Amino acid sequence: MAGRKLFKGNEAVAEAAVRAGCRYFFGYPITPQNEIPEYMSRRLPEVGGAFVQAESEVAAINMVYGAAGTGARVMTSSSSPGISLKQEGISYIAGADLPCLIVNMVRGGPGLGGIAPAQSDYFQATRGGGHGDYHLIVYAPASVQEMVDLTLGAYDVAERYRMPVMILGDGVLGQMMEPVSFPDQMAPDRPAPEWATRGARDGRTPRLINSIYLKPEELYKHNLDMAERFEKASANEVRYEEVLADDAELLLVAYGTTSRVCRAAIEKLRERGIKAGLFRPITVSPFPYDALSKRAKSAKAVLTVEMSMGQLVDDVKIAVAGAAPVHFFGTTGGVIPKASDIAEYAAGIVGEEVR
Amino acid sequence: MVEEIIIAGFGGQGVMIMGQLLSYAGMHEGKNVSWIPSYGPEMRGGTANCSVVISDEQIGSPIVAEPTTAIVMNRPSLDRFEPAVRPGGLLIYNSSLIDRAPERTDIRVIAVPANELALELGSDKVANMVVLGAYLKATGAVSEQAVRDCLSEVLPARRRELIPLNVKALARGAGLVS
Amino acid sequence: MKQVYSVPKSLRPVSTHYCPGCTHGIIHKLVAETIDELGVRDRAIGVASVGCSVFSYDYFDCDFQQAAHGRAPAVATGIRRTVPDAVVFTYQGDGDLASIGTAEIVHAAMRSENITVVFVNNAIYGMTGGQMAPTTMVGQRTTTSPEGRIKGLAGEPIRVSEMLATIPGATYVARVSTTSPAHIAKAKRAIKKAFEVQLAGGGFSLVECLSTCPTNWGMSPVEAMEWVDKNMIPYYPLGEFRTPEGGQTNG
Repeated sequence: MAGRKLFKGNEAVAEAAVRAGCRYFFGYPITPQNEIPEYMSRRLPEVGGAFVQAESEVAAINMVYGAAGTGARVMTSSSSPGISLKQEGISYIAGADLPCLIVNMVRGGPGLGGIAPAQSDYFQATRGGGHGDYHLIVYAPASVQEMVDLTLGAYDVAERYRMPVMILGDGVLGQMMEPVSFPDQMAPDRPAPEWATRGARDGRTPRLINSIYLKPEELYKHNLDMAERFEKASANEVRYEEVLADDAELLLVAYGTTSRVCRAAIEKLRERGIKAGLFRPITVSPFPYDALSKRAKSAKAVLTVEMSMGQLVDDVKIAVAGAAPVHFFGTTGGVIPKASDIAEYAAGIVGEEVR
Repeated sequence: MVEEIIIAGFGGQGVMIMGQLLSYAGMHEGKNVSWIPSYGPEMRGGTANCSVVISDEQIGSPIVAEPTTAIVMNRPSLDRFEPAVRPGGLLIYNSSLIDRAPERTDIRVIAVPANELALELGSDKVANMVVLGAYLKATGAVSEQAVRDCLSEVLPARRRELIPLNVKALARGAGLVS
Repeated sequence: MKQVYSVPKSLRPVSTHYCPGCTHGIIHKLVAETIDELGVRDRAIGVASVGCSVFSYDYFDCDFQQAAHGRAPAVATGIRRTVPDAVVFTYQGDGDLASIGTAEIVHAAMRSENITVVFVNNAIYGMTGGQMAPTTMVGQRTTTSPEGRIKGLAGEPIRVSEMLATIPGATYVARVSTTSPAHIAKAKRAIKKAFEVQLAGGGFSLVECLSTCPTNWGMSPVEAMEWVDKNMIPYYPLGEFRTPEGGQTNG
């Protein structure tokens, strides 16, 4: 690894994608992720790739479909309203079993919402997002370096399971600068996959990239196959982090930027003699249900903290399954929770449940 | 050591650069750092601010709600961030442009007539560096040398000929603080 | 004995699902012949759209991608940028291209994407059962214009070729018909020219093929051909609207 450099999250995720072999980017401007297309527009030509500013998010994601169908490592990025527009193409990409990388730097919604950081696209990201029976593999990094590390491995994972990978960030992660290091080497060139449509050369049988199965039995079989692959990803790719969780009587659950604030809240709580810990999902799809389920058994109460009116909390309830009471502390609309407010709320729970 | 700093002022006063210089310098000194700008419509003309955390430990939250230091370059920023400073913390304000004194008595307050001093040095463009010099001397968060070393990394190419002036401005600010 | 006709190699030896009298089959054959004659089957990548031609990948014997409704030019752009020596074409109907896909076709032309678009205009939504299209003629009855298309409510039909010809990046734009052997011969020349423009790296090319839909028009195949000649060609004049040389032959 080379020395550390100070990088904005948006530029770091773009550079990490390039190091991971991304050569094609199709996007459309939207705050707070504009540094990604801007960076790619100057970076990709340097490495023999191509950048296209599409006429819309809808067009951009369909360009991703076409490029991914040729076996290329391809990426798009946007923020919440733009990701909603991309859902058509994301469903088709998933339906056609194509790997690609999608970055969502989430901002407040619904509608045009605001441009400040939020986590209110959790349901959309973790439940597929578009129409049909599919899932994405969704990473929720909490630092610029982690965003880089997850992006570096994203294409391998997307190609292994033949499904899109999403990096679920937010306005803070996109705009924040932190020191990062990148690998010196670019990902090695790899041969085009055996399903890629690049022309039926040397007499091989023509190939088709497709998501249409008009016979119910065939679509059934296809959806089962997709579900099996997601099952495998659930077995192999789930990631999470625990902080001071071993002896935690109060277990906070949070991801991304909010998990960083929760670390500060936990410090405050520990200073007051309250045994608080953190469970942080790194993959929010597949979700670390088993690990959280185990951890929740040793806690007296669980507190979900997120920048939404309660989305992650549903997965937490699924995992905890009644083993401990699940509380919720949320801020919405682009407001970042304060560590002191979280600690105060948590202390209140402890008063009721832990003591 | 954990320094949680908010730097605020008008767009164009160089508050983002101040924060980036601190972050680069902290990184080069082997510390953990983070920098977050306010973004969006505020970028144009209104107030701009950034949050910087410099820490010997892993940084928990990069979001600064109760700064250990607030550096305010104009009146609206003083009004907004004076109440937020942690008790016992530090407030540095640009007394050239701010027409009232801070009211808090539970924090350390340093007045820096930044624009006047910068003009004396030759350009009020380096008012931000005068303030930064005062901050460095007051807290020792990172060394003045480390900041000097980062100037060429952070300043845009068209501003590089101003590096000697920036160095002078840092020293001038430091000289204000005993 | 000298063989004077054979099925193009770029078409699979299967029967199609198209209705009797539909001209999709003719247009498929013209495209396949062109691919054969230019010797590019092994680097051709087609993009199928949504509509009656959704299954065109079952008939063309080359690599294909199936696109979402209207998005074929965007999908083709993605392919174009990643496989530099590919011959990329979309095959789109009028609901797909002239309604839901207007942004994609306009901007592919603006960027002068080096792709060829085969645009089949039969003035109706075929696959969904004969609803009004943006290209439906004023007065033409469809299942969503039961009294005929009313100008004051639904406007007048969009002339795609003329519109695209105003875009600097649209290198070759032509409108042809498939209602007579003479028209078909001209259509073939236009389609081949469009592919040749792409092979020369000339940028965006599009051929609009006026076509029939006897089933949804409620006519016999012969009546449908006559209806195109009598009603569509006067409104949708045939000819080249833009050529690499800068000439126009329409009107």
